[in-house]
Amino acid sequence: MSDNLTLPAQQGSTGASTEALLTVEGLTKHFPIYGGFPIKRKVGAVQAVDDVDLTVGVGESVGLVGESGCGKSTTGRLITRLLEPTGGKITYAGQDITHASRRQMASVRSEIQMIFQDPYSSLNPRQTVGTIIKSPMEVNGIDPAGGREKKVRELLELVGLNPEHYNRFPHEFSGGQRQRIGVARALALNPKLIVADEPVSALDVSIQAQVVNLLQKVQEELGIAFLFIAHDLAVVRHFSQRVAVMYLGKVVEVGDRDSIYNRPRHPYTHALLSAVPEVAMDDETENRERIRLAGDVPSPIMPPSGCRFRTRCWKAQDKCATEEPPLLQISGNREGHLTACHFPEDPSTEARTEDVVLDPALKALEDVEKD
Amino acid sequence: MTTLTKTEGEKAPTGPDSFLSVRDLRVRFSTEDGIVKAVDGLSFDVERGKTLGIVGESGSGKSVTNLTVLGLHNPKTTTVEGEIVLDGQELVTASEKEMEKLRGNKVAMIFQDPLTALSPYYTVGRQIAEPFMKHTGASKKEARERAIEMLTKVGIPQPKSRVDDYPHQFSGGMRQRAMIAMALVCDPDLLIADEPTTALDVTVQAQILDLLKDLQQEFGSAIVFITHDLGVISDMADDLLVMYSGRAVERGGVREVLREPRHPYTWGLLSSMPRLGGDTSQALNPIPGSPPSLLNPPSGCPFHPRCAFTGEVGGDRCSTERPPLGEGRAAACHLTAEQKQTIFFDTIQPRLR
Repeated sequence: MSDNLTLPAQQGSTGASTEALLTVEGLTKHFPIYGGFPIKRKVGAVQAVDDVDLTVGVGESVGLVGESGCGKSTTGRLITRLLEPTGGKITYAGQDITHASRRQMASVRSEIQMIFQDPYSSLNPRQTVGTIIKSPMEVNGIDPAGGREKKVRELLELVGLNPEHYNRFPHEFSGGQRQRIGVARALALNPKLIVADEPVSALDVSIQAQVVNLLQKVQEELGIAFLFIAHDLAVVRHFSQRVAVMYLGKVVEVGDRDSIYNRPRHPYTHALLSAVPEVAMDDETENRERIRLAGDVPSPIMPPSGCRFRTRCWKAQDKCATEEPPLLQISGNREGHLTACHFPEDPSTEARTEDVVLDPALKALEDVEKD
Repeated sequence: MTTLTKTEGEKAPTGPDSFLSVRDLRVRFSTEDGIVKAVDGLSFDVERGKTLGIVGESGSGKSVTNLTVLGLHNPKTTTVEGEIVLDGQELVTASEKEMEKLRGNKVAMIFQDPLTALSPYYTVGRQIAEPFMKHTGASKKEARERAIEMLTKVGIPQPKSRVDDYPHQFSGGMRQRAMIAMALVCDPDLLIADEPTTALDVTVQAQILDLLKDLQQEFGSAIVFITHDLGVISDMADDLLVMYSGRAVERGGVREVLREPRHPYTWGLLSSMPRLGGDTSQALNPIPGSPPSLLNPPSGCPFHPRCAFTGEVGGDRCSTERPPLGEGRAAACHLTAEQKQTIFFDTIQPRLR
């Protein structure tokens, strides 16, 4: 089936011809594992990110979803150059920044900002909110018109905080408000790209929506591109125009929002979507397919050969173990929707005639019930 | 021990099936900053073989309630009032010795984080076998057999060899399975699951939730399922209790509450949550403000500072008078039944698309 491919891996073509702001090609990060005595040698590597291609257009919001350990956060940190890539190429606005030195990065740093997951540990408890938001401007030697303090007050207002709280400390704020401070700090340098690593997952449901709305407002009003990294599929769907699904260090499927959520092809995307617990507010939600995988994600130290999902896949055949499926626009996919699978599923999320239940314990219990 | 009375029969106003009955529970902690009213006048019932879901945000008192049921609170700093009746036995006044007999036997608990809830020092098999030996008087060998049987049931591969593994050799999902095995080993009548899948990935969460449901059918236990995730609760529970600021604000069958919620807080929760089938062009409708401090909760209805419908009630009833939560399907709100219905169908439901 995978033979009737149509297009080479061409990313970022969402139909709307947006100019690419950030292009990532074959990005790889292997964390070495050292062992042995007395001389420590490299005995292996955690293949956290392996050969990832990704494009973020100007002003576009791209979602990166996957389960813990799939490499989505590492990808974000590689893009912001908080980690040094093992291989591949990162191009930002036409400039190769893969191994750019500190000095070369200086001009780019102010344009790529990051919002972190934990609003408690990402703010210095000994600095006032004003100092925290001001420091990126000081470091980069930026003097906005009217002075830095005025800019900070404007930013506080923009993110929905009281500008009078300029001299308060982080502990005086609630979790949601702290995350707003994190957003204000990221906006201080008028960035073009914000990498948001699980920005709402530490917050309560009612507060989550406040921060998501704030980010959306910022994105639309200031035209900032977002790489939105999260494990919550519903939040990512709400926020991102394009979504990439990662599994064990690889992008397994990428496409526009509608393709990924309504016409998924990769079995893992199907499994992920069917596992999301949904509030049954109407009968529609109850007509979703039910897929229950077995076991956990394998270790990224010794990932399975070929397709990395094959050990948990119900469609896996010999070919999956020997040949790694390339990320392609397979037949039946819309433009810009790429899937890395030899035996893709039908593009539908509706209930199947028979549920896919791979978990042995579940299967045993359910077979007893049926009899 | 002498305080055990037999008068519960008259006091339980709801059906005779209720296996766990909590009446007007008040839990207070004294801290340096003052007295925290963690639970303030909570009542609920759990029937045999049914699942009661408790949802609420952090600090709403849902975990404290259930730690109190098991008597796991710190007695030095905590005052507990009200009554907790488990199968005819009063638990608030029960001695530590009596509680020990119950824990792990009649009532078992599954905690959120299996890594901290399992001891790193003992093998998984031993930790599963221990309550079984204690409560049934089984021999070591029998208990080990039972542990292997339980591990098989919860879907641990090669249970005969994995029984001797330590928790660190298990993955996150397997640890939670081992916790479930430990909780079910004595065939408890009541299982308290406190955010059992919050630390897990979605695909593993789906496996564990289905496993719990299927095991419940087999064991016939009642489950109190605590979570902040309305999606999970919609899948798991028969009845639902929505908590806010230490109080129950809405109660009813899970379908009724989620499809036709009556409390403004439940409306807020549902409309602030993005859904997989939702309309992405619409902004989410968050609840303004943040949850109140339990040191100094608002007067009247605890939700009134964040509520958009206090004007409909009129006067200052919302800030002065605490709305009661009736029996059965009910919401603790001053809005009249007609007002709730009109507001929900006209304003709230269109947002949930």
